[in-house]
Amino acid sequence: MSILLVTEQQDGKWHRMSFEALAAAQEAATGIDCPLVAAVVGSGVRPLATELANKRVSEVAVIDSPELAQYSPDGFASALSQAVEQVKPRLVLFPHTYQVRDLVPKLAASLGGCFVSDIVDMRFEGGEPIFVRQLFQGKLHADVSASGQPPHFVSVQSGAYRADGVAEGAAPAPIRSVPVSLDASAMRTQAEPPYQDAKDAVDLGSAQIIVSVGRGIQDPDNIPQAEALAKALGGELAASRPICDNGWLPLERQIGSSGQTVAPNLYLALGISGAIQHVVGMKGAKTIVAINKDAGAPIFEIADYGIVADLFDVVPKLIEALEDPN
Amino acid sequence: MNIFVCVKQVMARDSVIRLDEGATWVRDDGLTFEMNEPDTYALEEALRLKERHGGEVVVVTAGPARSASTLREALAKGADRGIHIEDDRFVEADTHATASALAAAIGREQHDLILTGLQSDDSGFGQTGVILAEKLGLPHATIIMEIDASGSQLRCKRELEAGWFQTVTLPQPALLTIQSGINKVRYATLMGIKRARKKPLQRYATDDLGIEITAQQGVRRLYQPQQAKQTVFLEGGSREVADELLNKLRFEARVI
Repeated sequence: MSILLVTEQQDGKWHRMSFEALAAAQEAATGIDCPLVAAVVGSGVRPLATELANKRVSEVAVIDSPELAQYSPDGFASALSQAVEQVKPRLVLFPHTYQVRDLVPKLAASLGGCFVSDIVDMRFEGGEPIFVRQLFQGKLHADVSASGQPPHFVSVQSGAYRADGVAEGAAPAPIRSVPVSLDASAMRTQAEPPYQDAKDAVDLGSAQIIVSVGRGIQDPDNIPQAEALAKALGGELAASRPICDNGWLPLERQIGSSGQTVAPNLYLALGISGAIQHVVGMKGAKTIVAINKDAGAPIFEIADYGIVADLFDVVPKLIEALEDPN
Repeated sequence: MNIFVCVKQVMARDSVIRLDEGATWVRDDGLTFEMNEPDTYALEEALRLKERHGGEVVVVTAGPARSASTLREALAKGADRGIHIEDDRFVEADTHATASALAAAIGREQHDLILTGLQSDDSGFGQTGVILAEKLGLPHATIIMEIDASGSQLRCKRELEAGWFQTVTLPQPALLTIQSGINKVRYATLMGIKRARKKPLQRYATDDLGIEITAQQGVRRLYQPQQAKQTVFLEGGSREVADELLNKLRFEARVI
């Protein structure tokens, strides 16, 4: 019984989370003490397989078909279901990407296996994996075990494992083709090529200081206060998803999995609870400051400096102190 | 167009969480509950599609007795009828058990479109909609930001990572999971609340549907996450903490 890692690529370029999931898969292979098969899925992906074979894996599986050039849930679920039948893994690992969120619940359900989604950690008890998931928007962690018929499917949260922790192989691993037969006419959901709505007017990625607002800002009329603080610090204003959903700030100022990913020197989170979808977009910041009324807000778990207080008390004082010549 | 919307009742945002005795879930008593936020957007989208194309909006939940209040809220906002698969075990059930129950109830009805929120705010699996589609043999698309149901095929705007989107097309009947922010949700009016009392709410026990609640994954233990960093908490008056923070940022972290 092996572990199967399914990597993700688009047009011959790796999804950056593929190697984070590979790091997790290498750890799992050691923990369970079994071979690791790493798979590349797509059309014309042989060069990627060669690259993957240099990593510490037992084997690289190539699932290559012209029908897999563009993602479709039916096509990919069918291809991976055939691959699982041939490789017969006990555990199938994925990076927790948008594509995986669309695909793997279907794949797992069609094979009758369970899908432990979005794990942040795992450990092993007598060769049995225990997965750690976040519950209640990150307020609690849960140790989860999978039961029922293998294989069990698992996806790894962005940033939970480090891509630079991937071990290189002593010698290139063998590459094998996993033949799949696919019927283009059976693919019901069809996707057109990706596009961006508007060229980002603000490049938050290059900002050194970011002041970011969340639900705690309460009202669009309070946004100028945060804007004034950003200006006083010489930084950019950003927001968590609910603020942009409400139309209080434009989408291009959104930080998180569906918005921009940033790593500024200073990230000042005002009234942001720290839900997973937001945190993945900013946890790389050098210094994180959180101001929130709720002492139990998950944002404090990753903050360097925390102030448990009403942001409307503290923000004006911060602006005052910054403008104070003494 | 017969539209089914699957909703879940979850504890209110900012609830104070206390673990239950076995530390496998949280204590229910003293909490207030509300409709899972992503599901409110799915419901609103269903109501708008009905206004545009006609038909019926049916709201469905699998949950304990208390979740009937969430169905009533949906009826007050404009859904035509509700289906409640009632069982206390759904509170801790995994996504497979929930999806199986929803499939059993919706599968016996004529359905053109099924909408769900993209994930729940409590368990956060983000799988129930897709598994439901698979169990009913329907095509699906996830994380949808726009629905055009005017043609023979559904045309949807699907959100991708980092500000990218794509258009997906799929035949009906189909299932879509809805991204938060797709629309601006309405509030229930007094008239709506009054009308909701007379709208039909069908209740099923799991036996009625011939289903069993079997979990494929289980929570062994719930706990507070470990601090990733040593957070320095600043305390005192507002001006005091403001000055102290700026000092720390200037001379300790050296980021301003």
